[in-house]
This record gives sequence, structure tokens and C-alpha cells, in this order.
Amino acid sequence: MTFQGKPKFRHPSIPTNTLGFTRRDYEGSMSTLCAGCGHDSITAAIVHACFELALPPHRVAKLSGIGCSSKTPTYMLGQSHGFNSVHGRMPSVLTGAYLANRELAYLGVSGDGDTASIGLGQFCHVMRRGVRMVYIVENNGVYGLTKGQFSATADRGSKSKKGARAADEPIDLAALAIQLGATFVARSFSGDKGQLVPLLKAAFGHRGAAFIDVISPCVTFNNHEGSTKSYDYVREHNIAVSALDFITGREPIEIDYAEGAALAVTMHDGATIHLRKLDAEHDFSDRAAALTLLERCRETGEIPTGLLYLDDDVEELHDTLGTTARPLNALTEAELCPGAKALEAINRGLR
Amino acid sequence: MPIEATNDFVIRFANVNGSGSASANLLFAKAILRMGAPIAPRNIFPSNIQGLPTWYEVRVSERGFLGARGGGADMLVAMNAQTFAQDVAALSVGGYLFYDSTRPLPPTMTRGDIAVIGMPLTELCAARYSDPRQRQLYRNMAYVGALAALLDIEVGVLEELIAERFKGKDKLIEANARALRLGFDDAKTRFACPLGLRVRRSEAVGDRILVEGNYASALGALYGGATVCAWYPITPSTSVAESFERLAGRYRVDPATGGKNVAIVQAEDEIAAIGMVVGAGWNGARAFTATSGPGVSLMQEFFGLAYFAEVPVVVVDVQRGGPSTGMPTRTQQSDLILCAFASHGDTKHVLLIPDGPGEAFEFTAAAFDLAERLQTPVFVMLDLDIGMNSHLTEPFRWDDERLYDRGKVLSPRQLDEIVEFGRYKDVDGDGVPYRTLPGGHPTLGAYFTRGTSRDRYARYTEDPAPYVDNMERLALKFETARRLAPAPVLTSAGAPAPIGIVHFGSTAAAMDEALALLADAGLAADALRIRAFPLSPDIAGFVRAHERVFVVEQNRDAQMKTLMTSDLGLDPADLTSILHFGGSPITARFIADAVAARLKPAAAPPILEDVT
Repeated sequence: MTFQGKPKFRHPSIPTNTLGFTRRDYEGSMSTLCAGCGHDSITAAIVHACFELALPPHRVAKLSGIGCSSKTPTYMLGQSHGFNSVHGRMPSVLTGAYLANRELAYLGVSGDGDTASIGLGQFCHVMRRGVRMVYIVENNGVYGLTKGQFSATADRGSKSKKGARAADEPIDLAALAIQLGATFVARSFSGDKGQLVPLLKAAFGHRGAAFIDVISPCVTFNNHEGSTKSYDYVREHNIAVSALDFITGREPIEIDYAEGAALAVTMHDGATIHLRKLDAEHDFSDRAAALTLLERCRETGEIPTGLLYLDDDVEELHDTLGTTARPLNALTEAELCPGAKALEAINRGLR
Repeated sequence: MPIEATNDFVIRFANVNGSGSASANLLFAKAILRMGAPIAPRNIFPSNIQGLPTWYEVRVSERGFLGARGGGADMLVAMNAQTFAQDVAALSVGGYLFYDSTRPLPPTMTRGDIAVIGMPLTELCAARYSDPRQRQLYRNMAYVGALAALLDIEVGVLEELIAERFKGKDKLIEANARALRLGFDDAKTRFACPLGLRVRRSEAVGDRILVEGNYASALGALYGGATVCAWYPITPSTSVAESFERLAGRYRVDPATGGKNVAIVQAEDEIAAIGMVVGAGWNGARAFTATSGPGVSLMQEFFGLAYFAEVPVVVVDVQRGGPSTGMPTRTQQSDLILCAFASHGDTKHVLLIPDGPGEAFEFTAAAFDLAERLQTPVFVMLDLDIGMNSHLTEPFRWDDERLYDRGKVLSPRQLDEIVEFGRYKDVDGDGVPYRTLPGGHPTLGAYFTRGTSRDRYARYTEDPAPYVDNMERLALKFETARRLAPAPVLTSAGAPAPIGIVHFGSTAAAMDEALALLADAGLAADALRIRAFPLSPDIAGFVRAHERVFVVEQNRDAQMKTLMTSDLGLDPADLTSILHFGGSPITARFIADAVAARLKPAAAPPILEDVT
């Protein structure tokens, strides 16, 4: 909505993280999305999470497809390389980037059209492969840039701004991700930063495929009466099934929990998350239980949010491939080229 | 009269797909090669796993003419009842029919003008082996033995090859050698050996090797430093990726840690395969995919992205008969325009066009240098004939001093030293900008890669001026590619010749022989072999220097001629097309006949496809 650049001025006492970066250093250029767009809140949450995690910005690569959500990497992490690729194909581009250099953190940003419609195939396969990444779907149920057509996550019977009813069964990306082997699966709401930021931080620490489906209302095309992705609807139907307290290894914090209420999980990077179960019945490490929870909520019309499923015993893509620990893009002739002598032996075998 | 020929004949094996004949036939071909006689073996096979007819043809040519000869075979090894009648009908007059005489041959099934050699192979093997699979496999080995006796192939050479093939499996060596002897001894007692067709020891092969183009291309990727391969199975390109995987298993394992210095992913489709290659290329790895026409069709959108966002990408396209599913197991050169202008909008891509396995190796390795130097997709245009058939070629060579050209990548230190970084700024005047890799400098050099238009500093814009500036720079970059691409190769008639023949790719295998046939007919011709797109200006010079210019292609629509007119501004009226597109490899006879017919003063009848 805005056409003004961000002011460069910074208050001298603005807080810095352990790397000496301010939050501004994790921001990007000014958003061109509609005022009030849920996606901008998600961008802010990502900036917040990366700042607090003190991720070196240049060690993050952000990739996206096409659509409103896929524009957002421009608005965050201005010191990170970004790649706005083609519609529905971000997962393959991210996979290739990850193959080339396993040391960076990869953030994939997509939308419901980009992932659940045109990109469903690539979404499925990137989860199956266990690519180490944080994959966020900014889910508003509509195509914004082409002015309000339904996407494949629109709930059956929900109403478009022009009055049409969604006829087809919606795709539950979180359920699909769990089924296909994602090892960190969460759902959140763009309007709940308190929930989203710790989820993002935990996802960055996860050693495998982390997926967060973030319901993100489209203020222009899907925020009306009859929509199931509007601010009002999501607020009314949101039930948090878990809450995360994210504790980095660097800053030990003592928190008291009632016995049995919290589960401490140490992430790959040494940080710890404390997972508080708000639904006493739910077992986060049980794939079947997570799917049952999603199915139960679908029947009641509730939107379960929070961490839904976590498996921290991960075999990610480079484990499967047995790739060397060094980034492949750093290897040189010495490691890659077998040389003339080996070629002579090959020639001998072909006579 | 039966044909008399030494080291100059064609033998065709008619088999049933999946019957295990391929390894026996290869053994036969390699034995001739070991005796020093040049050979050109070719598979003619269906898109099928088991049951359909398949043929294997070996041309023996002391003079080294290794294209498909065309015409009938001089000898037929008829092991497929299904195609028996048509195979016998296609045998040359005076040719030899070798068949399994376990069941009697009805007189209507043969011809009076050929020599018939019947050996009860099934009966012999049934008497020797009880297991049905063994009976079939050893029947193949037994006919190889019989052929050795009939054609005067040294049985010791065959035994040596068997020992190499089954090295370490003594039981198999012994069993195969016994089956070989079974056929050899039986033939010796049954027939007057050798026949009029003979193999004689020769020095003509020299130190040349026999290798498939797909393997050579995979080897080129290995030597060229490819670290990421993403692919999807498709005939006839599958063996590029599979060979690369095998080679990587042997040469890319870190001796200290056991970690692999390579990542190979079989993707869910061609779109994902090229997406991974684009992601890896963007992130600084040498990445490639191997595919065929239908795969290239699916990948189109990504080629536009890689062209416009300037990402190095290498694609090996093993062309097959199109359009659509077309003829998956037949050869064609019909993806030229598809690849040269892949994707919507104004795009142009670099094509490297090898003539056989030797250049498939060289050009695949070079493609990684070119792709990184130019920051753009580079296509290596093989075809099924090159890729899936074994060709006699000069041994592969590699200079250990050779370094990879990683192109214009700014290191973190260089970023500190330069005044400003503009990702799409032409600093050197060659149209190629500098790039940075993710994860390098902590605060400098990050930029946003996108398929939308942008200015020199990678900032999104739809203003006409920066858009045009960028598109013109990309056109300038294509001119840089023209300078870097391999130059065409001239075969001169020796004396000034009015006829010029332009050709490319697998047609080269037939061209020397075609030129010899034409010279014999008093039609001296020069030949120019195109090796890359963008086209060299030397091609325009060649066209201007000849009175009559023929462009020989293995497609229907004269795609190279179209490229010559659009890329070099040549007048199509100056170019006469000779087109062969039935799916079999082009032959010297076809080329020579077509040239001669078009040079006749009277209106010649149209040249029809040579279907044999």
C-alpha cells in the first residue's frame, strides 16, 4: 500500500542481538501488500524470530513461488539472498539450493494457491524428501493478485466476496504434511504473534522439514461474512492445542510448569523448546494422533493451532543421500575431477 | 552367388526383447573390435520390456565408415519367429540366413537367392541344459559360437571377453565358455567354415574405444565437476543419469569420510528436476539434468526463468522421435527449435551439438564452464543414435592442468574492494554481469533473484527503459556466447568444390562415406559440421562460398535451416534441405542419393524417406 521508502534513521539505543544486529537489519524493503494484510504480520513475526535467534542474515536463503505471499521475502531479511521463482515450484528450487549448500538456513515462503493448487505435487515431494527447511504457507484461501478466486484450501461452502460458494473439498496442508513425512508440523494465525514467533524459532532449529500453515486473512478479498479465513472467523474458531516457550541454549530461563504439563525438547542447534499441552489428550509425537486431532476439528469446525506434530529423530535429505559434510558448491577440481590417469583406465575398459 | 566380403559387411540379429540376447550380441561385436576391425553396432528396439521384436545390427567396415549403411543386411541371425518373414525379405541378394532349425523351415519362408544355414540351436541346448532360462541364455551364447566359426572370428578372443565380463565369477565364465564351444564345434562339423563373409585381423581400430554417447556425456559431467544431478526417467536419456550415478559411486566418494561429493536426486517429474537444477545453479553448484523432448517441453517455464534471472543450468537432451510421445525408441534431431527458444517471451539459449560420444564427453564437460561463464542454460543436444548406441571413437582425454571456469562470481573480499555491486550491471561490456552466492559476505552483495523485470541493481521495475536495457544486455550476452561456442568443422574436398553440405550431430557418422560416394560419382563436395548455437559467422561464409548448399537434418521441418536464416540472416532460397526423419539413423546412401537427385537438371522426383 505504501510507496515510501523506509527511513534510514535509527535510534541510538535501539536494542541489538548477540550479533550486534538490530531488528531493522532483519527487515527488507517496504511492503506493497494491502494495509492490514495478514502476510505483513507474518513477515513481522519472521523478522522478530530471526532477530531474536540472532541468525546471521547472510546465512539465510529465502525462496518463494508466485503470489502475494511469495512477494513477502522482499519485505524481510534484506541482507539475505532471495529467490522469487516460478508459480508452485519453490519446493524444487529450494531443494536444489539445499543440495548445493547444506550449511545455510532455508526459508520457503508460499501461499495456498502456490502450494495447494498449482504446487501441490512439489509440496508433497519436498516433504517426503525431508528437506531441511522452514516452509511457511500464508494461507488465505484466495488468489489475491488476480482478484479473489478460490484456492484449494477454501473450505467447502465458504463464500467468496462476489458471493460464489466453494464447491470442492478443501486440502488440509498440515494433515498432508504429517502424512507425507514432515517432521515438524504446526498451524498458526497471522493475528497471533505470541504463538507464531516461538513456532518459527523452533522451526528454524528443527533438523528436517518444518512446515507451518499460517491462516492469514486477505483483507481485500476474503475477510467478509461467510468466509472461513476472515479475522473474525479465525478468532472465533481458533483453539490452541499447544503453546511453545522457546529457550535458546545461551539464555537459560527457569520456568515452572505443573508436572506433566510441559515437554522439553532440545533442538538441533542446542536450543530447547518447552511444549505445553493445552489439549491434555494430544500426543505430539504420534502421527496418527495428530491426524485424528485435525480430523476431529474439521468435523467441529474448529481451527487447531500450535505445534501439531514433532519428530526430532530426523533423517533429512543429506542423510539419505550420504552427502559429504562440506557444501557441494565449495568443492574444487581436486575433489571433483578424477583426472587423466583415471580416464586412461576408463578408456582401457572400453576397448 | 553368395556375397564374398572381408571386414566389410552388415549382420543383423533379429531377437525377442527381454530374451537376454543383448549381452551375447555385444560380445559378438566386441570380438570383432578386439580383432582390430572397425564396427558400428546399433540397437533397433521397441518401447517395451519383454516380448516385442528387437534388432541389433553390426556393421563391419575396414574403411571406417560407421554410419548406418542402409539397405539390406548381408547376414541375418533370425531368432524371432514373429518377424522371420519380413527379416528374410530384407536380406541382401546373395546374403546368408542363419536360423534355428530345430523346427523345419517351410519352403515358403525362405528365398532362392540367399544361402540358408540352419542349426538346431534349441535342440542342442535342450539336450545340454534342463533349466528353461539357461536354455534361452545359453542358446544366445551358442549362436555366437556358431557365428565365430562361420565368420572366422577367433574363438580365443571371445573366451577372453567372457572372462573379462564375468571376472570373479568362475562358474559363469566356465558355463558361458562351454555354451560358446557348443555352438562353435557344432558349426564346424555341420558347415563348411568360414563362409564368404569373414573377419580378418586388422590394425584399423587403432586405440579407439567403443562407447555409448549417454555414458560419455555422464563421464563429461563427472569430469566437468557436476555436483548436483536431478532427473526424471525418460527414454532415451535415462542412462545418462544412471551412468553418472555409477561413476559418482566410484569416483566421488571421499576416501577419508565416505561422504559423497555429489547429490543425485530422482525427482517426481521433469519440472521438479529442472527446478532443483536451477536452485543448485543459483546457489553455486554445478548442476545438470538429462532428459528428452517431452521433458524439455515440461521444463519450459524454468528455462525462461534461468535465462532471465541468469542462472547457470546444464541440460543434456537426448532427442527422440517427436512430436508428443512420438517414437520414444527412435532417433531424430527435432528438438533444435524447442531448445533454442525454450520458454515464452524473447529467449535464446546456447546449444552444443556433439557428433558422437567423443564430443558428448567434451561438450558436456565444457557446458558447465559455459553455463557458469554466461550464467544461462546450456543444452547438450545428443540424440538416441549417439546416446544409446555404441560408437567407435578416439579415446577420451583430459588435461590435468585444466581448471574449471566458475565465471564471474564475486568473493566476499572482492565485494569489500569494489565501489558498488549491481547484479545486472554490465561491467565488462560482454553482457555478462557479476553475481554473488548466498552465504558469502555478511553484509554486502545480497540481492533478490526474480523472474520479473528489474533494473541493474536487481530492483523490481516495469519501467520501459531499464527493461529494454536489460533485454538488450541479454542479447549482447548471446553475442558473447557466439564467440565462446565451439566453431564448425570443415571437411574439405581438397580441390575447389561447388557443392557445400551443412550437417550436424549424429549425421556426421554417415557423412564421410556420403562424401566418398559423391566423389566416386564425380560430385566433389565440402562439408561443414555445425557444433553450436548461436551459429558461427563461418557458416554464412561457407554458404556464400558454394554454388549449391545442402542442409542435411534428421527432422521434418528443416529446423537447422530455420535457425540459419533467423540467426545468420541467410536467404532460405540459398539452402536446399535434405531431410530424414523416419526414426532410423540417416545413411550415407540416403544423403548421396538425395544430393545427386537434386543436382540432376530435370525435375527430380521427391526424395522419399529411406525406410530400411
